[in-house]
Amino acid sequence: MSVPATTVTPPLADDLDIVIPTIRNLDFLEQWRSFFQPYHLIIVQDGDPSKTIRVPDGFDYELYNRNDINRILGTKASCISFKDSACRCFGFLVSKKKYIFTIDDDCFVAKDPSGQEINALAQHIHNLLTPSTPYFFNTLYDPYREGADFVRGYPFSLREGVTTAISHGLWLNIPDYDAPTQLVKPLERNSRYVDAVLTIPKGTLFPMCGMNLGFHRELIGPAMYFGLMGDGQPIGRYDDMWAGWCAKVICDHLGLGVKTGLPYIWHSKASNPFVNLKKEYKGIYWQEEIIPFFQSVILPKDCTTPQKCYVELAKLVKEKLGPIDPYFGKLSGEMVTWVNAWNELNPSTDVAAVKNIDAAAPKKK
Amino acid sequence: MSQVTIDRNEIDIVIAAFRSDLTSFLEEWRPIISRFHLIIVQDPDLKEGLKIPNGFDVDVYTKSDIDKLVSASHASMFSGYACRYFGYLVSKRKYIVSIDDDCSPAKDNNGDVVDIVTQHITNLKTPATPLFFNTLYDPYRKGSDFVRGYPFSLRSGVPCVLSCGLWLNLADFDAPTQSLKPELRNSRYVDAVLTVPKNSLMPMSGINIAFDRETVGPAILPALKLAKEGKVRWETMEDVWCGLVVKVVCDHLQLGVKTGIPYVWRNERGSAIDSLKKEWQGVKLMEELIPFFQTLKLSQDAVTAEDCVMEMAVAIKKGMGSKHPELANAAGNMVEWVKIWKEVGSRVLI
Repeated sequence: MSVPATTVTPPLADDLDIVIPTIRNLDFLEQWRSFFQPYHLIIVQDGDPSKTIRVPDGFDYELYNRNDINRILGTKASCISFKDSACRCFGFLVSKKKYIFTIDDDCFVAKDPSGQEINALAQHIHNLLTPSTPYFFNTLYDPYREGADFVRGYPFSLREGVTTAISHGLWLNIPDYDAPTQLVKPLERNSRYVDAVLTIPKGTLFPMCGMNLGFHRELIGPAMYFGLMGDGQPIGRYDDMWAGWCAKVICDHLGLGVKTGLPYIWHSKASNPFVNLKKEYKGIYWQEEIIPFFQSVILPKDCTTPQKCYVELAKLVKEKLGPIDPYFGKLSGEMVTWVNAWNELNPSTDVAAVKNIDAAAPKKK
Repeated sequence: MSQVTIDRNEIDIVIAAFRSDLTSFLEEWRPIISRFHLIIVQDPDLKEGLKIPNGFDVDVYTKSDIDKLVSASHASMFSGYACRYFGYLVSKRKYIVSIDDDCSPAKDNNGDVVDIVTQHITNLKTPATPLFFNTLYDPYRKGSDFVRGYPFSLRSGVPCVLSCGLWLNLADFDAPTQSLKPELRNSRYVDAVLTVPKNSLMPMSGINIAFDRETVGPAILPALKLAKEGKVRWETMEDVWCGLVVKVVCDHLQLGVKTGIPYVWRNERGSAIDSLKKEWQGVKLMEELIPFFQTLKLSQDAVTAEDCVMEMAVAIKKGMGSKHPELANAAGNMVEWVKIWKEVGSRVLI
């Protein structure tokens, strides 16, 4: 095979940020080095801000701890969770790139059935840069993958697809089970490599896991708020779920696509199911009402941007879910705070320039 | 997860024969299907008698059987690929597994031969989950489960009544696609079965399917005939039409449809380019059918598959019949099918 005369730039090297929430260390990055090093990292340090998080040498990164979050957002910092990986969405907020890939610090490089290491980031990029097909199900999964296509009966007018806004990856080894399932099946491991990417049809909700996720920040970023979780909140481990339900409803409304399937990462750490049960407990009951709510949401036609959609959704959350628990009224308020923070940090050209937020020098070695 | 029993008394394997010598086809499938009852329906246009090897428990139906059972005016409903539906009609068992006669057994990623009967019946005997998407695909498969965030009230699922399998080698592409990419062969074995979500339509391929005849038999029907209907899959849409109908029925009756494994190996047959030369009426038709079927709503009174089909036939005739005579015919065929189904009194033995 011939070697290119000039260096080949990895795809989207200047257009994508990798957001990693962490409370311990980033040693896992060593394994990802060859895949991640060309990209800029945004580290969101949760927990004690006086602790120093060591980033392996050679990575280009910004790091934000709780003090930075408070400083940058001021009173709006209330929307960013503390002591929960939900804080990762702060990284989405401050990024200036078009795409985000987010991964947990206990996720490692997986191998495909042929033994080859999987470049999860490259697969997410491929998923995001090829269309989705939410309006009619293709039985051969993603028709844009090499070796696949649309099947007989697939309408030609739908074969251009729509822009993909979210790429949801999966996990080998420790699967993303809830606490009750973990308690019943503590030894179950996901060893099945399903060689498919598929679009989740319009009108169908799904449980979005944040540990291996890519998305188009410009198109859906304002909807990727990971809610109020962790310290001082009655619920945990529903941050990504919440973002996923909101984002899917908005994607369906705006005609954007959501893919799930490849890439796989190797999830190494099984969290404590008893701790998880306490965190999820309320969520298990609440989701019985939350799901029908999201399934029945209809956004008005004049919601033409993700921000407008999200503000409308926040209103509906307060109205319809508020009666379940005061938490939802609070959450609704913080959803609006989030959108305001988003608009402030990401002013668009047709909005009057907001006064400069002192984003200060990012911590860099 | 409970063990699924594969009971030969519950299953009929239905094959439509387009060639008279079925020896090599049946020998290939012998290890997988010989313990089951076979119903072979001979394409009414096929003049020669069928050659079938020994050792199979088989009933063969020919044009004369079709003419005897249904009136002459309706015998044409069972021509070409649609002759297999006659097999569904006369079956007395609960489950049907049906494949095209140009398929061979496939091998999975471990090199093991795929037992399509066991996999299809397992798909049918475990619940489907159309109301919420499980990112780990079928939660009832060994080694899998519902993921975090999946509502507990939805974890018992709904009965699965249709299992759509896939194809290695010659995939079920349409003629334009296969002509454009003549070398394209499907070599990707995707080790998953998943439920097609509610309100999501899909193109059903008749090449490799199984269904619960007792529950949804009346909706698995021969109805749409293209003007230039042919004997290769590139020249028919009868199964795609059937799939749209049955999915609307399933969504209305809270029943499930799965897609994915098992795979068959589809052998080379025919020429995509030759098929392309025929006027591709079916392709044009799909453009209008999808929006129509997506908005089709059935009444609360439609509580059985028969009810649903009758309502749909009325809606199709009214909504599309005048513009497309072949759809008016299809609607008429749907009504006839339900009538015949009732008359034949198809009842499940066990």
